[in-house]
Amino acid sequence: MSVDAGDTDSLAVLLSKDADVLIARWVALTSAPLRGKVSEAELTRECRELFDTLVAAVSTGSRDFQDPAFVEVRAALEELSRNRARLGFTPSETVVGVFALKRAMLETSGQRTGDTGLREVIEFTLLLDTLGLWTFECYARAREEVIAQQAEQLLELTTPVVRLWDGVLAVPLVGTLDSARTQVVMEKLLEALVETGAEQAIVDITGVLAVDTQVAQHLLKTVMAARLMGAECTISGIRPQIAQTIVELGIEFGDITTKASLADALLYAMRRSGVDVVRKRAQVG
Amino acid sequence: MDRIPILKIGQVLLVSIQIDLQDQSVLALQEDLAEQISATGAHGVIIDISAVEIVDSFIGRMFATIAATSRLFDADTVVVGMRPAVAITLVELGLTLGQVRTALNLEKGLAILGKLAAERELAEGLDDLDEPVQANS
Repeated sequence: MSVDAGDTDSLAVLLSKDADVLIARWVALTSAPLRGKVSEAELTRECRELFDTLVAAVSTGSRDFQDPAFVEVRAALEELSRNRARLGFTPSETVVGVFALKRAMLETSGQRTGDTGLREVIEFTLLLDTLGLWTFECYARAREEVIAQQAEQLLELTTPVVRLWDGVLAVPLVGTLDSARTQVVMEKLLEALVETGAEQAIVDITGVLAVDTQVAQHLLKTVMAARLMGAECTISGIRPQIAQTIVELGIEFGDITTKASLADALLYAMRRSGVDVVRKRAQVG
Repeated sequence: MDRIPILKIGQVLLVSIQIDLQDQSVLALQEDLAEQISATGAHGVIIDISAVEIVDSFIGRMFATIAATSRLFDADTVVVGMRPAVAITLVELGLTLGQVRTALNLEKGLAILGKLAAERELAEGLDDLDEPVQANS
């Protein structure tokens, strides 16, 4: 949607005429609901930047947000939203800056025109903005709940403790290991050791794509903790690349037993618990 | 101050810690235990900490100290029933128990001491046969 050049200029002129007063009021309206989460100077800088790009876009005569003239406005808003999201702001707190400009403009222009009909309409659109915002806020919250729930389920699902043999437990790890996950693994494994009374545990990392010093540290801690409780813990399935990384990083596994494959680790664990595997003699005929 | 009881079962001394440990009771336990091992000539000490929920570095060191003391009397020490949370705490504190053996529960702890005692008898028997001169070294 585009209007003719005369109107465009008038809006741009209206915006930039009392720019300083408008921006000051805008910043004040924006900072009130943020309760000091962002400094006044920072807000002023953001608002002025957004205001300048907006005036520049408006003065081209375009009123369509999808228009190329609004590229810079979109970029500025995207950056602002990303920053707010990273700092943990709610959608309302993020968007309040944009809507506050409307109120600021109403207040500054209202002082001059005093047109009550127009005022009513603008007041009502302000209310509608709030309604829309509330809807979005609820929607975003529901989405975040779903995501948090899924993350938690994933954490539970991806760390099963399985019983491989009488007195032998195994934890097959798959995917990326971070501190939170290794913590869960550690706790679940140790709990399972107590419950089952198993003396052998195997942590299989065949499905782990990368190991850094922190993850290695967590694995070592798991093994040490299992040892303190009176169980023996073997690490199996270290990929060739990971083995190289571990050596390059200079991580010392000390006297912790590591085996190439889960099968080797199982055999070792069974032998340690006094079970041996014997192949039947080939039957003839 | 509560004193922790030390029970004798055959050649094994059993220390079952059922209270929240204070530094004073830990020190008292170390003294009592040294006297008891010396008096009874026990060959093994089992410390049951399945009821202990909170540990600090002082208590962590207690195990190593008791083990070192027992070793002077030629007795082996086994710590049994450590809870996962306690194990994690000790690891986070960077403490290792040194020469202390661990077992998941009392039964397994007794089994370990039994096996050690059998090995010791065998070794001492052989020592006596081969080199009677060094038997008491």
